[in-house]
Amino acid sequence: MELQLSDDEQLFYETTERFLEDKTPVAELRARRDDPVGYEDGFWAEGVQLGWTSLLVSEEDGGGSVSGKGLKDLALVAHAFGKAAAPGPLLGTNIVAAALSRSGSAAQKEVVLQGLLGGELIATWAHAEPHPHNGLGEITATLTKVGDGYTLSGVKSPVEAAAHASHFLVSALLDGAPTQVLIAAGAPGVSVTALHSVDLTKRFGRVQFADTPVAAGDVVGTPGGAAGEIEYLTQVANVILVNELTGAFERAFALTLEWTFDRYTFGRPLASYQEIKHRMADQKMWLEASQAMANDAATAVQNQDEDADVLASAAKAYIAEYGTEALQDDVQIHGGIGVTFEHDLHLFLRRVVLNSGLHGTVSDHRLRITDLLEAKEAAV
Amino acid sequence: MSENQTEDLESFRLRARAWLADNIPKADADISMTMVGGDLSDEEELKVVQLNRDLQRKLFDGGFAGLCFPKEYGGQGLPSAYADVFNDEISGYMFPWRIQVPTFTPCAAVLLEFGTEEQKLKHIPAILKGEELWMQFLSEPSGGSDAAGALTTAVKDGDEWVLNGSKIWTTGAWWSDWGLCLARTNWDVPKHRGLTVFILPIHQPGIEINRIEMLNGSKEFCQEYITDVRIPDSDRVGEVNDGWTVGIRWMFYERSFHHSDLTVRPATSLAVDEIDTGLLPLATKAGRHDDPAARELVGEAFALKKATQALGHRIPQAMMAGTMNDQGASLGRLMAGISGVRETTIEFEIAGSSAVTWAEGDALGREGEAFLMRQSGCIGGGTTEMARNVISERVLLMPRERSGDKDIPFRDVERGRKA
Repeated sequence: MELQLSDDEQLFYETTERFLEDKTPVAELRARRDDPVGYEDGFWAEGVQLGWTSLLVSEEDGGGSVSGKGLKDLALVAHAFGKAAAPGPLLGTNIVAAALSRSGSAAQKEVVLQGLLGGELIATWAHAEPHPHNGLGEITATLTKVGDGYTLSGVKSPVEAAAHASHFLVSALLDGAPTQVLIAAGAPGVSVTALHSVDLTKRFGRVQFADTPVAAGDVVGTPGGAAGEIEYLTQVANVILVNELTGAFERAFALTLEWTFDRYTFGRPLASYQEIKHRMADQKMWLEASQAMANDAATAVQNQDEDADVLASAAKAYIAEYGTEALQDDVQIHGGIGVTFEHDLHLFLRRVVLNSGLHGTVSDHRLRITDLLEAKEAAV
Repeated sequence: MSENQTEDLESFRLRARAWLADNIPKADADISMTMVGGDLSDEEELKVVQLNRDLQRKLFDGGFAGLCFPKEYGGQGLPSAYADVFNDEISGYMFPWRIQVPTFTPCAAVLLEFGTEEQKLKHIPAILKGEELWMQFLSEPSGGSDAAGALTTAVKDGDEWVLNGSKIWTTGAWWSDWGLCLARTNWDVPKHRGLTVFILPIHQPGIEINRIEMLNGSKEFCQEYITDVRIPDSDRVGEVNDGWTVGIRWMFYERSFHHSDLTVRPATSLAVDEIDTGLLPLATKAGRHDDPAARELVGEAFALKKATQALGHRIPQAMMAGTMNDQGASLGRLMAGISGVRETTIEFEIAGSSAVTWAEGDALGREGEAFLMRQSGCIGGGTTEMARNVISERVLLMPRERSGDKDIPFRDVERGRKA
């Protein structure tokens, strides 16, 4: 998270932070364990009024940000979500909103984008594919030209909030070229299967498209011309994921540090054992480095710096690795209570682990970094 | 431009860029910059030191030395942002790399904070001109991390002090000029309350310098034997027996190299128009360019390097913002140590068997030798264990370690296993 926020940014962050503390305290998260949506009616629409889905949308389209740097503001929201292990399709809705604002048609903006901004509908990103096609960025869903339009076939998974989304932004290949289309959930041939998730309140589904008819007007941007957009959206997605992950990491670290002072063993607090002190020192270092990288990645992608792609992947590779290690170490330091459902720690462990596995694993991003370095080397 | 008017950052950047292009050679022009200790003969080493002095002098003559040092001591009196800009611009150029530590941090920094006016006027300009190279007389053979446990003793004799003892791990003492020395001046009080800091010329009768051979053959480190060396009281830094006040800041500055505005450290080792491809060239050299295992390691090392840089930028910002106290510098020290260890391991892994046996002139062998010395980055400049103590105790405010030397006269502190 950014260290020095302007008064406006600070107010914006704290508004979301307090809203989440109020609406989704840990008791609420526990209560929604088996809820198909993961939050109570009205939660999302009310939160959206705080600006959650407007940040990557241009002012002409009815969006806007606090700082003038929408992704930086969104990174703050994501951080607050992580700190609260909050439910809600923050990533999916923002990706679709960004994509439509940047390259959607007037009709797409009028219905779906306005619905996202108003909080009355949810649209989500159907981009990732299930194994064996779950390598980062791999697309096998296919669009086939039929008359003036297309048909879409393929499977997308995991798709955030798939079961209650009204529209999907789908990445598919048209004659081998990446293309984005916006498909209504009720379109023929679309079926959604709910997935299990390590997270308590984040919901995912597997979406199958079987010869789903796609009108020419459903294409977002140019047919076959979405490679650059998908690259950008992948960077944005990872910026959201790492900032949320870092928020959850920060909360778990604070919980654990507190615990080391409260818990006594052999007549002294855990915090007095050098072994524990040294591990908390390591965690503090990982946490600060994660905060710095999550922030740097948000800035680079916001500004579309030349190295934004590498920095986004470096942030994911580092934060997903060390954030996960830190949370596991927090569990270890808690001992038996750390692996119970009763203790709150797992809520944050879940969020960290979930985010580490979405839109590229540590290993995927390391390989991507090397690919990107190679491409840059070749371009010189 | 008038004397009082500060040049804006952008004009400064352009002026620095033009001056560097006209006056300073590119870094790749001199292989010795990348050489690690042990590669150089003494003759070559002295040449490199002279080159560093000359580079420092060039910076001084060009008005780019001591950007954030006060003007009255020969510096430029500019805010930190100017040092950041200069570090960007000097990327890819040669710079006085061998004398940044410990001459600028911690030695010059300690003099600036605690030195007398006379000391500052005498030494800071000389440092900025490359005329005085400084060393730390801090660690002793009896213990590296417990600096306050110094046994080297100074006894007052009229207006002078008489110094006896031994110091160790001074890099290049044999080619340096002055030492900043922590000594015990009272054995009858607890250890932190009987210390005083002095400065002294290194090359004088009474100081015998012994060069230590490291396991990789390097002889950069020295041990000094100090016998009846006389120091005028005017070369005392700080109050008598208050040396630990100086010492705490000294060690803070020692950890501050990576974010201090008193040091020159290019933002990258590359020129502005070059691209950092991390360890990809090493993988190619090792014939493993297309090996997914090697490629993943290249990505890991790159992410780690970026994380280390990002943390390095964040710490001073956090200190300035007041969200972290100045002990947070230990986070950067710890990160540099453990990331360095991992990066060295990755390089060793990529190099494969070529790192453990190699033909004359095969550069891959260097990775093996570097691996043997891997832990040095977690030892020198305060061990990573000490950094973890500082972070947990001073940043996270966890309980202090129990010590066996608290509140007892230093004379009575146990210093070894009882027979």
